[in-house]
Amino acid sequence: MSVNDTAAALPAATGGALPIGAVLPSSLPLRFSAAALPWFLAAGATALWPDADEWERTGEFASLLVVAAGLLALAAPLTAAIRPAPRSRLASAVTGLSAAVPWLIALALGVTGWEILTAKLGLLPRPFFVPPQALLEVYLDDWPRLLDCFAASLRLLVTGYAVGSMLGVVTGVAIGWSRAVGYWVHPVLRLIGPLPATAWLPIAFFAFPTSWSASVFLIALASGVPVTVLTWSGVAGVNSAYYDIARTLGASQRFLVLKVAVPAAMPHVFVGLFMGLGASFAVLVVAEMLGVKSGVGWYLQWAQGWAAYGNMYAALLVMALLCSGLVTLLFRVRDRLLAWQKGMLKW
Amino acid sequence: MVALENADTAGMTIDVQAVSHSFELHGSPLPVLDGVELRVEPGELVALLGPSGCGKSTLLRLVAGLEPPSRGGILADGRPIDGPDPSRVVVFQDPTLYPWRTVRDNVALGLEARGLLRSRGHRIDKALALVGLTGFEKAYPHQLSGGMAQRAALARALVNDPRLLILDEPLGKLDSLTRLAMQSELVELWRSKGFTGLLVTHDIEEALFMATRVIVFSGRPARIKADLSIDRPYPRHRGDPVLTELRHRILELLGLAETW
Ligand SMILES: Nc1ncnc2c1ncn2[C@@H]1O[C@H](COP(=O)(O)OP(=O)(O)O)[C@@H](O)[C@H]1O
Ligand SMILES: [Mg+2]
Repeated sequence: MSVNDTAAALPAATGGALPIGAVLPSSLPLRFSAAALPWFLAAGATALWPDADEWERTGEFASLLVVAAGLLALAAPLTAAIRPAPRSRLASAVTGLSAAVPWLIALALGVTGWEILTAKLGLLPRPFFVPPQALLEVYLDDWPRLLDCFAASLRLLVTGYAVGSMLGVVTGVAIGWSRAVGYWVHPVLRLIGPLPATAWLPIAFFAFPTSWSASVFLIALASGVPVTVLTWSGVAGVNSAYYDIARTLGASQRFLVLKVAVPAAMPHVFVGLFMGLGASFAVLVVAEMLGVKSGVGWYLQWAQGWAAYGNMYAALLVMALLCSGLVTLLFRVRDRLLAWQKGMLKW
Repeated sequence: MVALENADTAGMTIDVQAVSHSFELHGSPLPVLDGVELRVEPGELVALLGPSGCGKSTLLRLVAGLEPPSRGGILADGRPIDGPDPSRVVVFQDPTLYPWRTVRDNVALGLEARGLLRSRGHRIDKALALVGLTGFEKAYPHQLSGGMAQRAALARALVNDPRLLILDEPLGKLDSLTRLAMQSELVELWRSKGFTGLLVTHDIEEALFMATRVIVFSGRPARIKADLSIDRPYPRHRGDPVLTELRHRILELLGLAETW
C-alpha cells in the first residue's frame, strides 16, 4: 500500500446498500409502493373477510396493518418532498428501508397467510395455533404484566451476566498471567467448567437465601465459565514480542497486564462474552420457569398452565426481542472497542 | 529532517564480558554464544554480521536485558545490566506495533509506561515528523505499509531518547528501495543524535554503508571471528572501492568468497 492509498483508505468507508446521491434513485417510489401493496392486501383480508370463529381485536389488527401500509405508501412522496442531504441520517434511514423492501413484502404475505389459515379458515388445530390478532390482544390487554416480566428478566439477566463476565475476565487474566493461580484454578475449571450451570439448580435454590440470588449465581456461573476460558486463552496467546517491546520501554507488571495483555486478548474475550450471553439466556429461562416467580420464563410457564397459547407466543416474541437486543448491543460495544480489527463479522 | 532536542542523549558504553549463553532444546543444552568479548564505545554504530541462527539476536536480547546471560556479564556505562531499561531500546525485524493502538498511541507507549505522557507528550509529534509519519497519527497499524510500520516502530523507540539503540534486522523485510532510503535516514539520525547503535543485519552492504565497525561472527555457537573498523567518512558512497574491498574480506570470513 502506498502512502497515497493509505490516505485514501483512512476515512472509514460508510454508506448503505444503495447509493443515494443528492437526488434519490427514481426507482424508490416504485419500491415503496410495491412494499405497501401487500400490506394493504393483509389489512383488507383481515378486515373484510369474516372470522371463522369470533376473535377479539380483529379490527384493531386491521387498523395496524393499514397504518403500516399507509406509512410505506407515504414514504416515497415524503422523501421526494424532503430531499434528505446525501449523507444525512434520514437518507441512510430511507436507504435502509428501501433495502428491506423484499423482507417487508414477504412479511406482509406471511401475515396474510397466517391470518387466513387461522382466523379466516380455522384450518390449523386450536388452541395451539392462534391468529396474529390474538398476540395483539395480549399486548393490548396484558401489557402491564408482560412489561413487569420483561423488566424482571432484564434485571436478573444483566445482574448475573455482569457479575459473571467481570469475574470471568479477572479470573481468566489471573490464570493466564500467574502460574500459581493457574495451578490452583485450572483443575477446578476443567472439572466444573463443562458441567451445565443448570445442573446446579437444585443445590443453588436450596443453598441461596432467595431464588433470585440463586438465579444470579447460576447465570453468573453460566456466563463466567466461557468468559474465563476464552480470556485465559487470549492472554496465553499474546505475542511475547509485545511484552518484550513494553518491557524495554520501561513498563511495569501492572502496565503489562492492563495495557498489553488485556487489550491484546480482547478479541478472544468478546468471543467468550458472546458464548456466555447465549448460555445465560438458557439459564435465565430455566431458572424463571423452575424457581423465580417473575420474568418472561415464568410468564411462559404460567401461560402454558392456562393453555393460553396467544400469551405464550406473545411472550416468546418478547423474549426473542430481549435476547436479540442484548446480542446486538454486545456487537455494538465490540465494534466500538475493536474498531482496530479488520474484517470483523457484522451482526 | 527535524531533530529532536538533544537532551542527554550522549551514547552509552557497552561492555560484553566473556558472555556465553545456551538454551534448552529437547532437554539438552544448545550453546548459542561462546565467550563473546565486545566493547562498544559511546557513539559507535556497530554492525553484527554472521550466519543465520548463529546467535546475533540472542546477544541483542542479552544487551537489552530481556534475558540474563548463562555465563559472563554485560556492563552498560560500567554498571551490570540486570533487566530492561528505557535507555536501551530495541527495534525488531517485525515492527510489532500494537494493532489496537493508533500510530500515535503506539509511539506514545514508552512515555505512557513511564508516566511521562504529560511532561513529554509533545515529543511524540516530533518523533513522528522525524520518521515522516505526520498525518498518520490516527491510522491503525493495519492501515500502514511495511515501511511505514517500521518507521512507526522507529519513532516509538526514538521518542524515549535512548542512549543505546538496538536494531535487529530492522530493514530486513522491506523492499530494496525503501531499505536504501531508510539506511540513509538511520545514519543521519544516528549522526545527529549521537546515541550508540548496535545493528544486526544480514546485508553486508548495509553494514558497510552504515556502521563504524563490523563484527563478524562464526556459526553457532557464535564466536567473534573478526572486528573490522570502517574508517570512512559519512555520508558514504555505496560504490566506494574501500568498502568493496572490505565486502570481499567479510565474504571470505563468512566462507562465501567463491560466490563473489
Ligand atoms: N528461546 C529460545 N529457546 C530455544 N532456542 C532458542 C531460543 N531463541 C533462540 N534459540 C536458538 O538459538 C539460536 C540462535 O538464535 P538467534 O540468536 O535468533 O540467531 P540469529 O543469529 O539468526 O539472530 C538458534 O538456533 C535458535 O533456534
Ligand atoms: Mg536474528
